[in-house]
Amino acid sequence: MNSYPISIRPFGIHAILLEWPGRVDVAILEDILQFTQYLKECCLKGEEWEIVPAYNSVTLIYREEPIDFDQLKIKLLNWYQEDIKVVKREKILWRLPVCYDEDFGIDLKEISEKSGKSVDEIVKLHTTHIYNVFGIGFLPGFTYLGGVPKALEFDRRAEPRSKVVKGSVGLAGKQTGIYPQDSPGGWNIIGNCSVPMFDPKAKEPCFISVGDQVQFYKITKAEYNLHKIESEVGIYKLEKIILDA
Amino acid sequence: MLKVLKSGLFTSVQDIGRYGYLNKGVPVAGYMDGFSAKKVNQLLDNNIDAAVLEITMTGPTLFFEEETYISMGGALLSATLNNEPVNNYEVIKVEKGDILSYGKLEKGFRNYLAVKGGFKTPMVLGSRSFFSSVTKKNHLVDGDELEYDACSLFEPKISKIIVDSFLDEKELKVTKGPEFKNLSDRQLEMLFGKKFSISNENNRMAYKLEEKIVGLTNSMITSATLPGTVQLTPSGKLIILMKDGQTTGGYPRILQLSDRAISVLAQKKYGDEVKFKLN
Repeated sequence: MNSYPISIRPFGIHAILLEWPGRVDVAILEDILQFTQYLKECCLKGEEWEIVPAYNSVTLIYREEPIDFDQLKIKLLNWYQEDIKVVKREKILWRLPVCYDEDFGIDLKEISEKSGKSVDEIVKLHTTHIYNVFGIGFLPGFTYLGGVPKALEFDRRAEPRSKVVKGSVGLAGKQTGIYPQDSPGGWNIIGNCSVPMFDPKAKEPCFISVGDQVQFYKITKAEYNLHKIESEVGIYKLEKIILDA
Repeated sequence: MLKVLKSGLFTSVQDIGRYGYLNKGVPVAGYMDGFSAKKVNQLLDNNIDAAVLEITMTGPTLFFEEETYISMGGALLSATLNNEPVNNYEVIKVEKGDILSYGKLEKGFRNYLAVKGGFKTPMVLGSRSFFSSVTKKNHLVDGDELEYDACSLFEPKISKIIVDSFLDEKELKVTKGPEFKNLSDRQLEMLFGKKFSISNENNRMAYKLEEKIVGLTNSMITSATLPGTVQLTPSGKLIILMKDGQTTGGYPRILQLSDRAISVLAQKKYGDEVKFKLN
């Protein structure tokens, strides 16, 4: 840690915003997550803080009472400077099944024409890259996945759709992501992921965390339908790979 | 049970909010106007997390199947109990079979109804607050039934309070948001120099304001947002996130409403005016 110049600013009376240099960079995200883990384990222990990391920032929220900003800022800077040894964060790679059938990938044809690449090439590009979870927000369980190859960078659709169905996998600029529920949206939809991204009834309502990695793999429509049934009866097993830190 | 004979425009169960899931994209939810909601719970000596009904603009008709005590607060909606007018911020004894109904909206936008002990609707992720992607429903419909504990005797510490002109307040007290420093003198002048009216796009997620200022075009990396965060879009439109608002966003966060200002705004409807005041 302590390798970046960080800025600390108040965000209302209940929150404090820590910002790292303004880049989308896995090393920065990693530094943020190491630091927030240290905060949770050693500094803010037992206190009801909510910690929201996203890209190059982390927001600490203490809803009970107002924060003494000046005092906390000094403490945070000191904690960041400390030469600390934290337990290495477990790196998790989730392998998520996506059906790129044209029934689901409603924009595949259009972006294939735009890019001059075949649908198969697009699917291959999308599934060979590994994405980093830079943030979770917008909707419960919506992950901002970064690391999209240049050839898959497409602008958002000019007119957002009033309804994008649950599970839709989309592309927008440098990002890809999965719609955890039916919602309006302007991303280019290329497929559908059969695994529910957010389940309020589950012990862990959203299995993915910021800092995890995601890789998609292609499944057929029959496999998609099977996964759906398995998920409904609770026997679907997620593919989780723990990577060496 | 409380039986919902008529649900009204948008009536939902809300408590202090959902804690601990912001990092998974789950908004706080909870009552929009905490100032009023907390007062109605206090009158009944309820716990701080007791669930109340949040009643928007056109109120419901409710049938009490057990005796209890209730209190109402927030917007003035000409409420009657068995056709007799009842007031805000009073402890009211309710008998089995009583009917509470709401009439014309006189002032404000959201009324809060508390019942002794709070409504015992299902708890999801630590809160009873309705929020569409977490709870089964986001508002009540005709015929719904809400559980509460019967109460035959309760000695209130205070049976009545007077609440000042809260509903008439137009001033939204704000502090500087994280991107406040990016504003030009001209933008500041517009922001604090004029009144803004509430657009017809206002709900539990966000309030959009009608009048524009000069927009901020430099893009920003997605970062956390809070209830009460004022975002400035490139077109110059101001969006104020509310309790069901998204937990991250990419528009500059120029101001942050105080807790009280969130309550003040929650009582505003289409066409009402507000003014920002920097604290």
